[in-house]
Amino acid sequence: MKHITKAALLVAALSASACTNPGRFGAGADGAMAGSVADPASPAYFQQAVGDRIFFAVDQSTLSPEARDILAKQATWLADNPEYTAIIEGHADEQGTREYNLALGARRASAVQTFLIDRGVAPHRLRTVSFGKERPLEICSEESCYSGNRRAVTVISAGGMTS
Amino acid sequence: MSLLRHLTFALALLGFAQTATAQSGGPLRIEITEGVIEPLPFAAPAFQAENSGAGEFARTIAQVVAADLARTGLFREIPADAFISTVTNFSSPIQYADWKAINAQALITGAVATGANGKLTVKFRVFDVFSQGQLGDGLQFTGSTDSWRRMAHKVADAVYSRITGESGYFDSRVVFVSETGPKNARRKRLAIMDYDGANVQYLTDSSSLVLAPRFSPTGDRILYTSFETGFPRIYMMDVASVGRQALDDQPGTMTFAPRFSPDGNTVVFSLESGGNTDIYRMNVNGGSRQRLTSAPSIETGPSFSPDGTKIVFSSDRSGTPQLYVMPATGGEAKRISFGPGRYNTPVWSPRGDLVAFTKQNAGRFHIGVMRSDGSEERLLTASFLDEGPTWSPNGRVIMFTRESQGANGAPALYSVDISGRNLRRVTTPGAASDPAWSPLQK
Repeated sequence: MKHITKAALLVAALSASACTNPGRFGAGADGAMAGSVADPASPAYFQQAVGDRIFFAVDQSTLSPEARDILAKQATWLADNPEYTAIIEGHADEQGTREYNLALGARRASAVQTFLIDRGVAPHRLRTVSFGKERPLEICSEESCYSGNRRAVTVISAGGMTS
Repeated sequence: MSLLRHLTFALALLGFAQTATAQSGGPLRIEITEGVIEPLPFAAPAFQAENSGAGEFARTIAQVVAADLARTGLFREIPADAFISTVTNFSSPIQYADWKAINAQALITGAVATGANGKLTVKFRVFDVFSQGQLGDGLQFTGSTDSWRRMAHKVADAVYSRITGESGYFDSRVVFVSETGPKNARRKRLAIMDYDGANVQYLTDSSSLVLAPRFSPTGDRILYTSFETGFPRIYMMDVASVGRQALDDQPGTMTFAPRFSPDGNTVVFSLESGGNTDIYRMNVNGGSRQRLTSAPSIETGPSFSPDGTKIVFSSDRSGTPQLYVMPATGGEAKRISFGPGRYNTPVWSPRGDLVAFTKQNAGRFHIGVMRSDGSEERLLTASFLDEGPTWSPNGRVIMFTRESQGANGAPALYSVDISGRNLRRVTTPGAASDPAWSPLQK
């Protein structure tokens, strides 16, 4: 149990870096990751050429054939680039209560984690987090947006795990 | 807020002889359970200022009292321009005929005095106009001038209680999540305010995502979920000092959906590990966790019964989220929701008889209530997205989040009576979600 002062909180917030802290939702909304897409060992290549995200059906965490194809490529890339670790973010659309959607996002992130481990990625290189419905990419209230928000995003970073 | 928290209110009966109230028509009374359609008309003339410093307080305190009563939907304020009599002295006899002529069934009079060291004294009386008598004894509150709104709420609580026979809920606070920014980059921070939206104060900055604060049974602490490590974790905050601590810190897991037990010593919450979410309990001062559910389904949203013996929660073990009740130490759970749709966020009422919940059905969201055995389900609201009910201290009103639809959609706080009437938006400075109502303040 630690007591945290307001000052300590501020320092922690300032020291959080862009790609390692899922609180910034990694490669989600805006940011391109470092490096050039032309460099197969770069985070940019992972994000754009390999594909850093997969999508889910309503209230489901099962992996579609398309999702499995992308995740297989992610596993290969992670095998080729052992210096990288990944945080898998699970997300839900807005049609659900906050707490249930947190749990649902965790199911989705865990499905990805299990797949990657089955494909040989060392468990210690992977962590999961759920944002529930808190971090939508698409903002309309229609299925065209919901389908883009029901996702799991694999956010990679060089080096070890943060807390 | 610390000023308010450290205030103690002196409360005294005024030493006036009480007039008999029981007349041929019976005493003034609203029976809430019978369903009030026509609000009871009342007059609350500006209170008397007993010295020169008290003038502004005398006016604004009467306004807050009147607003509290009118906001319930059970009372209707008669505007001052309709008055025939004016009250010029707190001790003068009431001209009942003048108040009866404008159909004021209840009359509230009061007087305010300022004293040394920033003290404020408020006294009031309630009259049953048609029975021509005083309703209960006069009362007097003393506090600091900073707390004038609390004293007004206490007057209104006393009036409400005398006329309805139930305890009030006006001297209470609400903790909630204040939201800013666009829908795809929302910033959230914890805020606390009076139940009517006044005196907003922020408890955290917006540097980390925060969700679903919950008051302790005495209102001095708040449990909430924060992403400040990057991962959802439960924290407990002391409201007065804003100091906080992480309650559970096991890497690789998420904790969320916390609530206090009725004695304030235990927290019940959801813990996710390996994609599976179950319900646990632990002592708020630390110690080992006790696992209460063990299923591959999602178990979340636990809430204690007021006697502390049972927990209601939601689970999708049947395929969709439904409500279940289990012993507070775990064990066999009994399903209580059976209607169409998905049920989440159950909250046991402070009276113990009802469970409020969020229901999602046919593309709409509802706030509803059912008896704790699952019978007599009633939906109180319907919209694109209503969720997260919280009970008023007397169990008569529910506050919740209503989020509007579309790219510019944003959440706001609303309240509704458990009758389903009196739907109102609660004033907040900006977008707001996840309200939690405090107990009545001491």
